[in-house]
Amino acid sequence: MNIINIEHIAKIYQVGSEEVHALRDVSVKINRNEYVAIMGPSGSGKSTLMNVLGCLDTPTKGLYDFKGNNVSQMNDNELAAIRNREIGFVFQTFNLLARSDALHNVELPLIYAGVSSSERKERARLALEQVGLADRMHHKPNELSGGQRQRVAIARALVTQPSIILADEPTGNLDTKTGEDIMALFNDIYELGNTIILVTHEEYIAEHAARIIRLRDGLIEKDEEVTKRYVPKKNGASE
Amino acid sequence: MKNFLFELKEGLLISLRAIRANKVRSILTTLGIVIGIASVVLMSTAIRGIDNAFQTGVSSLGSDNLYIDKWEWFNNDVPFWQMRNRRNITLADYKKYKELAKLPAATAPTVWSNQTLKYKEHSVEFIFVQGTTDDYIKTTNLNFSEGRFFNEVESNGGRAVCVLGSEVAKKLFPRGSALDNEVKIKGHKFKVIGVLAEQGSWVMGNFNPDNQAFIPIQNVFKYFQSENFRSVTINVRAPNSQMVDAVKEEAVGIMRRVRGLKFDESNDFSINQQEALLKTINQTVGVIQIAGLFITGLSLFVGAIGIMNIMFVSVKERTKEIGIRKAIGAKRRTILVQFISEAAIICLIGGMIGLVIAVILSLIINQFLPTSIDANAFILAIVISILTGVLSGFAPAYTAAKLDPVEALRYE
Repeated sequence: MNIINIEHIAKIYQVGSEEVHALRDVSVKINRNEYVAIMGPSGSGKSTLMNVLGCLDTPTKGLYDFKGNNVSQMNDNELAAIRNREIGFVFQTFNLLARSDALHNVELPLIYAGVSSSERKERARLALEQVGLADRMHHKPNELSGGQRQRVAIARALVTQPSIILADEPTGNLDTKTGEDIMALFNDIYELGNTIILVTHEEYIAEHAARIIRLRDGLIEKDEEVTKRYVPKKNGASE
Repeated sequence: MKNFLFELKEGLLISLRAIRANKVRSILTTLGIVIGIASVVLMSTAIRGIDNAFQTGVSSLGSDNLYIDKWEWFNNDVPFWQMRNRRNITLADYKKYKELAKLPAATAPTVWSNQTLKYKEHSVEFIFVQGTTDDYIKTTNLNFSEGRFFNEVESNGGRAVCVLGSEVAKKLFPRGSALDNEVKIKGHKFKVIGVLAEQGSWVMGNFNPDNQAFIPIQNVFKYFQSENFRSVTINVRAPNSQMVDAVKEEAVGIMRRVRGLKFDESNDFSINQQEALLKTINQTVGVIQIAGLFITGLSLFVGAIGIMNIMFVSVKERTKEIGIRKAIGAKRRTILVQFISEAAIICLIGGMIGLVIAVILSLIINQFLPTSIDANAFILAIVISILTGVLSGFAPAYTAAKLDPVEALRYE
């Protein structure tokens, strides 16, 4: 079944008197439990596509259907609700609340979902255990390493049990070894049946995915299965 | 509704976190509100204190009392020169009035003289020595701490006896009882037969019985004032407050007869009432109130602008945080509630601190001037501070709420 169905979407920004066509004509279908990488050089429109896929932004033209909901026609509040329930974000710069501890950061989406305090705490704890940070729950982001911060962010993305995990350059601010650990964690999550969309410009990161969509100048250049998918060795933390 | 309450509760919790996380900034912001609320509360308690003092002072005159006098006391309906040209009210006028008046519960003539009282090495200056009759005490609510008022025999005989106000007695007799001692007024000896209980109203000054002495009226005319030059004030007490108007009407009729006025001549006397004084005082206090609250309100307003300013800075500084919150599902309203409640909490905390400071200060000031705090002031201060927070927080919160999540996330 399709989770995401994008048909002929375009996104045009007005910069001064100039129109910038960030996306020209893009159509994509993504199914449940897919592992998709979106690749492209800077200016190719991959960030814009990610914003549209993540319901942070609506397309100027075209149709975006998310599990039967017409996202392209939604207002701010409806978009916020979709983001809250259906999408888990993982950012390059982690984007954690600096002054809150790991547990509160993970708890945050559940607050906006209206979950009661005791249930929230329990679910946030489970999510942190899942990413291997059971012993770091009450540490603030500045007391954690880069890899640990990204794990907190992943726990935050997982805690609402969303339909898709959207990761934007998740290893961009990490060293190779830590990045590899994070990619292993994503692999575990994928193998548990989650749908992951990975935005990156690094070929070797993209090869962790099962399918790669290549963008250039606001158009899809190539959309293909990965024949020799790179599967990292078991992370261990997820057990 | 339930949903909104949940959001409000979570918004408050999040705001508390944010306030705790930015302690120094929060404290500085709070300071403006602390000063604002403290000055508003302090001002209102001071005004209330002044008002109370006036009211108790005036009520010591008695609400059922009328004063027939040559002069109009509080209003200026009659021009000054006209009052000056009136004939004096004499003791003879009083006697005729007393004979004819049926309604009053009690009547008494009074005439005062400003004198210095001495006892041994102690002396007090500028004391209103009231000359009156034994009936005077029935026209007042005065109580005695010791002794009694002079009786009919002493009054009619013009005996050398006196009754002292509490302040006067305290000053002349710092130790021991004043009773049965002889004080000198302008060289004449008077035996103290009674001391009044303290009335305790500072606003009335020399009109406060605490600062007065009472002697039989003949003595005033004999020793201090010529009867020809001094007009008598007739104190009239109505049996109850419903009767005051009837007593007044009767008094006007009798006094016109006594004074031999023709039908087309206007009254050459005035009937004074506590009410007229109250009206004047209320007007004055009202003006003080408005002016005082306006001025202190300005300081609160400055505090509110401070809050708004800080909240705008805070929104700018936390753009990224707002972006993160929006990305993971915070709605506009959620962000709005969060920032408004942050401002409201800062103001509320400020208001509480301001309130405590105001209470402490007013207790200190109460040593010199009367102040009065009541529950209303507390509730008002809390309501005002929350309102200030909500109002000053709204614009910044609205700015935060309508930030575009994509832009906000990109903000560094």
